[in-house]
Amino acid sequence: MKVRVYVRLKPSILDPQGRTVLRAAQQMGYSEIQQVRIGKLIELDIDASDKNEVESRVQELSRKLLSNPQMEEFDLEWSLEEN
Amino acid sequence: MKKTNSNISKWGVVVFPGSNCDHDGLDAIGRICGQNAIEIWHKEDHIQDLDGILLPGGFSYGDYLRAGAIARFSSVVAHLPEYVENGKLVIGICNGFQVLTESGLLPGVLMQNEKIRFICKEIFIRVERADTAFTTEYKEGQVLCIPIAHNEGNFYLPVDELSVLEDNNQVIFRYCDKDGNVTDEANPNGSVNNIAGIINEQGNVLGMMPHPERRCDPILGKPDGEPLFRSMINHITTR
Repeated sequence: MKVRVYVRLKPSILDPQGRTVLRAAQQMGYSEIQQVRIGKLIELDIDASDKNEVESRVQELSRKLLSNPQMEEFDLEWSLEEN
Repeated sequence: MKKTNSNISKWGVVVFPGSNCDHDGLDAIGRICGQNAIEIWHKEDHIQDLDGILLPGGFSYGDYLRAGAIARFSSVVAHLPEYVENGKLVIGICNGFQVLTESGLLPGVLMQNEKIRFICKEIFIRVERADTAFTTEYKEGQVLCIPIAHNEGNFYLPVDELSVLEDNNQVIFRYCDKDGNVTDEANPNGSVNNIAGIINEQGNVLGMMPHPERRCDPILGKPDGEPLFRSMINHITTR
């Protein structure tokens, strides 16, 4: 199965990259855009048929390696689709 | 623990794929300071007989994921907690500092520079304490001119943890102007409280973004970095 790990900066952390993109978007005339935050999308293919088997391990990996809990948080999105 | 020669300390400079300041470190400790400095491949298991370890600058594993995030799972870094527990000295410079925060040996995190730019220039830092294993050859309040070269040097800690760090006097270097004033203008990367270098609670692990190893040979300018290595060597050889 597949899992998408969305890693994003905590709300309390400034995102200078997002701020710059926001400014560019507004200069292009997209004045309705109020905020831009930039994160990462990490896709994992996992040899398992049941989310429950691997969820705690994926959580652990996301906490230990894929994100830095000091500045980031993450969400998991599961899907059963095969390649 | 075997002591090789009482006056010559044995150093390991760790080499990760993508390290690029390892030779500067070897040169500073080996040629300039006359110590026994060797390269240590990141897969090495035997580090406990070294007197000091330098985690050098560079782009370990291409800075993939986050700077230092992959290197922290290397064999050498896995052995560091035991090494540190034994009171041995570790210095992480630039990418080495990032590896130390990622591994949890030092608190905090080094985020992208506030202005999203790689900064490579000479800056000034103030020595906050001259009573640590890393700074006895400096004077408290001394201003050093040392280069920085980084994209992720923006030191951050949540407010409550930051006050613990400050209360414990773990901040060793702060960005300042040439007269030693710690100002926003003198802060190159957005670090909280202008922090440029910190030590652990035990006082034997230092992480810093500026590159003292690039200011050890007088041919490169005033050797403001050399006393840092001399301090560490004195600490080891007089123990």
